[in-house]
Amino acid sequence: NPYAGLVSHLRASWLSGKTRPMEYRRAQLEALGRFLDDKKQEILEATELDMGKPSFEAFFSEILLCKNELNVTLNNLCHWMKDEHVDKNLVMQLDSAFIRKEPYGVVLIIAPWNYPIHLFLVPLIGAIAAGNCAIIKPSEISKNTERLIAETLSCYLDTDCFAVVTGGVPETTRLLENKFDYIFFTGSPRVGQIVMTAAAKHLTPVTLELGGKNPCYVSDTCDVNNVARRVAWGRFYNAGQTCIAPDYLLCTIEMQEKLMPALREAINEFFGPNPRESPDFGRIVSDKQFRRLRALLSSGRVALGGQTDEAERYIAPTVLADVQPSDPAMQEEIFGPILPIVVIANMDEAIDFINARPRPLALYAFSCDSKIVNQVLERTSSGGFCGNDTLMHVTLTSLPFGGIGNSGLGKYHGKFTFDTFTHHRGCLHRNMGLEALNAPRYPPYTQQKLGLLTSAFEVKRRGTCTLL
Amino acid sequence: MERMQQIVGRARAAFKSGRTRPLEFRIQQLKALERMVQEKEKEILAALKADLNKSGPDAYSHELLGVLRELVQAVEKLPSWAAPQHVKKDLLTLRDEAYIHYEPLGVVLVIGAWNYPFLLVMQPLIGAITAGNAVVVKPSEVSENTARLVAELLPQYLDKDLYAVVTGGAPETTELLTQRFDHILYTGSSKVGRIVMAAAAKHLTPVTLEMGGKSPCYIDKDCDLAVACRRITWGKYMNCGQTCIAPDYILCDPSIQGKVVENIKATLKEFYGEDVKSSPDYGRIINQRHFKRILGLLEGQKIALGGETDEASCFIAPTILMDVSPESKVMEEEIFGPVLPIVTVKSVEEAIEFINLREKPLALYVFSNKKQLIKRVIAETSSGGMTANDVLMHAVVPGLPFGGVGHSGMGAYIGWYSFETFSHRRSCLIKDLKWEVVNKLRYPPGSMEMMHL
Repeated sequence: NPYAGLVSHLRASWLSGKTRPMEYRRAQLEALGRFLDDKKQEILEATELDMGKPSFEAFFSEILLCKNELNVTLNNLCHWMKDEHVDKNLVMQLDSAFIRKEPYGVVLIIAPWNYPIHLFLVPLIGAIAAGNCAIIKPSEISKNTERLIAETLSCYLDTDCFAVVTGGVPETTRLLENKFDYIFFTGSPRVGQIVMTAAAKHLTPVTLELGGKNPCYVSDTCDVNNVARRVAWGRFYNAGQTCIAPDYLLCTIEMQEKLMPALREAINEFFGPNPRESPDFGRIVSDKQFRRLRALLSSGRVALGGQTDEAERYIAPTVLADVQPSDPAMQEEIFGPILPIVVIANMDEAIDFINARPRPLALYAFSCDSKIVNQVLERTSSGGFCGNDTLMHVTLTSLPFGGIGNSGLGKYHGKFTFDTFTHHRGCLHRNMGLEALNAPRYPPYTQQKLGLLTSAFEVKRRGTCTLL
Repeated sequence: MERMQQIVGRARAAFKSGRTRPLEFRIQQLKALERMVQEKEKEILAALKADLNKSGPDAYSHELLGVLRELVQAVEKLPSWAAPQHVKKDLLTLRDEAYIHYEPLGVVLVIGAWNYPFLLVMQPLIGAITAGNAVVVKPSEVSENTARLVAELLPQYLDKDLYAVVTGGAPETTELLTQRFDHILYTGSSKVGRIVMAAAAKHLTPVTLEMGGKSPCYIDKDCDLAVACRRITWGKYMNCGQTCIAPDYILCDPSIQGKVVENIKATLKEFYGEDVKSSPDYGRIINQRHFKRILGLLEGQKIALGGETDEASCFIAPTILMDVSPESKVMEEEIFGPVLPIVTVKSVEEAIEFINLREKPLALYVFSNKKQLIKRVIAETSSGGMTANDVLMHAVVPGLPFGGVGHSGMGAYIGWYSFETFSHRRSCLIKDLKWEVVNKLRYPPGSMEMMHL
C-alpha cells in the first residue's frame, strides 16, 4: 500500500488534535487566501496551458469565487463551530442539550480538470474549517495546474495535516484502498460509482458531485435576445466544459427559428466573427475529449459554428438544429461548446422529455411568464434550478450546490461545505440530581408509570391543522 | 426477482403520479398510521411480546410512544418544514428570488432491525412519508411476528401502491437491493451495512446507515454512584441488553469497581425482584443463535453477578464481569446482551485513550460531578451521540439528530432530521428576463478592469 505511510502520518497529526483550535483553522484558511493572491498569475497561466481557459474566466471562477468562499467561511467560522443548543422537553429543563460540531478526521478530496483550482479549493476550505486533515488529489488531465498545486500548496499549508497526491487512475485506485473518514469526489457518474464502492469497504461517508445532461427549456413567450445571450454565455463558458452548463435546448420549431439569429448575434458579440482568435474562448482539454466531441457534430444539422482544428483542440461555438433524441449528441453529457436544439411541441412535451431521463445536476427554464417557469420547476427534479438564466444559482453561497440521483449525492458551498465535513454529534448533559423525576421510567413497569411517562414525553397536538 | 421489480416498479409509478406531493395527502397517510397504532395496539403489543418477551408497558413506552410522538410532530410541522426556505442574496441577485425547495427523493427503502422491530420500521417510514416519498419497508425476519403484523397492517391503512412491505431474509434482501432506490435507510450491523452501501453504490443511491459498536460508559470516582448505577442498570438491561445505544462496557477506577457491582446488584433487585426470571419486565434473547453467541463471551471471565442461563427460553440473567481484559472476546464485539464488562482504568486520560483506540461508537456515556471532566471527555472523544450523567436519553431529545459516525453509522434521522434525510434540497434562483444591463458585466469580451468592478 504505497500511500499507507502518508495516510497514517496525517492520521497521527489528526489524533494530536492540532487542527481543532479555531486559530489553527483560521491560519490555514488565511494561508489559502495568500496562495490565491500570490499565485494568481501562475494559476491563470497554468489553466490557459491546460485548456486555453480565458484569463477573464479563470479569474472569476478560480480566484474570485474561491475568495468569496474563503471570506464567507472566515467571517462565520466562529459561529459555525459553536455548539448549537436545541429545544428540550419538560423533563429536561435543567439539562443541556446541544449539537457538537466535530471534524471527521482525515478526508480525501478528488478534483476534476475543468475548474482545477476551484473544485479542490472550495471543498478544502470546508474541510479545514471543520477541523479535518486532508489529502488532495487533483486531476492529472489538467497537468499544468496539477504540477502547480503539487509544488506550491505545501508552501502555504501545514504539511503534517494537508498533502497533495498526484497521478492517474492507478494511483487513485491505490489511494482509495486506505481508510478515510470522508471522501469528496467531483467527476463523472461512472467513477463516482467506483469511489462509492471503495468507500463502502470502510463505511466512509461520501459526497459525489457528478453530472448529466442539463436541459434548458425556452418557452415561446420570452425576450429572445436576452435568452440567447444568457444561454450562449452558460454554454460556451470554458468551451462548454462546465458540469452545470445548459447541455441541450428544448423549444418549439418557431422558437428555434427565432433563436438562431439571436444566438448568432450573441456569439458574435462575445467572441467576434472568428472565435478562434478571441482571447475569451477556451479550448478542449485533451485530444481524447476533442475527438469525442467532434464525433457529436453529426447530430441534427450544424446551424452555427461547426469548425474544428485538431492541432489547437479548437471547436467553434456550435449550435445544432433539429437534433433527434437518438442522435449521438443526446446520448451523453456533451461537456463541450456544442448546443443541440431538440424541437418539442409544447411545455408538457418538454417536461415529459426531461422526466424520461436521469435527473440532471442543473435545469433551466426561460419564460417571461413566471407561471411557466414555476410549472417546469414543480413538475421536474434536478440538483438545482435557475429560471431565466444559466449557471448563476451556484454563485450564491447561501444556496446548497449538489446533484440528485445520477447527478450526485450531498451538497456544498458556504456553510454547506462546513456541514459536509462535520459530524453533528447529539449531546445531552444531564443533572445527577432530581432522580425522582426518573422514577416513572424504571421497572417494575406499571400502567400508572406509563401514564406519567406519556405526559412527560408526549408531543401534544396544538389544535386542528389549518390545512384541512 | 420479478416480484421485487414489480413491487418497486409499482411504487415508482405511484410516486410519479404525483399524488404524494400535496401536503394534505401526506398528512392523511400519517393520520392513518396514527389510527393504526391506536386501533391495533393490542396486536402490536402481542407481536412484540412474542418476539422479545416485552411486557405491555415496556413495549408501549419504548416503541409505540416514540412512534406516536414522531407522528404527531410530523403532522404538526410538515407545513413549516416543507415551505421554501428563502436565502440571503448578494448584490448580483438582489432583484431575484433565491430559495431552497424541498422535494421528495422518490422511492425510499427502509430496512428494519429486530431489537425494536416496530419502532425501527415505523420511525423511518414516517419520515419518508412526511417528505413525500414512496416507501418499501423490509422488516427484520428475525422478529418474525412483528414482521408479519407490519406486512398485514400497513396495506390496511396506507396507500397500497405507494407503501409496500417486503418480508424475507438475506436472499430476499439481496434481491431487493439490486433494484434502484432513491435513498436507503438501514438499521443493523456494520457488516451488513457495508453490503448495503456497496449495493447502493451501483445506483449512486444515498444511504443512511444506523449501525452500532461498543458504547463506552466511564464512571468517575467523583459522582453519586447510587444514582449513576441505577441509570446505567436501566439502560443496560432494558430489552435484555439488545439496544444499539445501551452502555456496552464500563470504564472505572479499580477502587470503585466493587461498589459499582454492589449498586447495580441492589438496583436489579429493585427493578426485577428476587427472581429475575419470573419478572414480567425482563426480556429474553431474540433467538438461539444470539443466545449462544453471548454465552460464548462469558468464557474465562470473572463473573461478579449473574451468569445464570436457560437455553430453552433464551434467558440470560443480568450479568456483570469484573477485571475484564481489553483483549478478551467480550471486548471485541458489540455485546448486544445483558452482560456488562468492567474494565479498570486509573484515570480519565487512560479512559479517553482506551476509547480512542477503538472504532467510534454509536453512543458514549460519562458520569461525573465534575463539569470540566465531562467537557473534556466530550471534547477528546467522538461518537454518534452522547449523554452525560445518564444513558440513552440523548436519543429522545426532539432537536438532536440520531445517528452514528465512522463504523457506527452515517447520516442521521428522527424528527426534522428525517425530513431532511428523505428530501432533496433543490436550490432555486429565479431571475427576470429583463435587466440585461447587469449581466453585461460578466459577458465577453472581458477585460481585467471589468473584473474589478
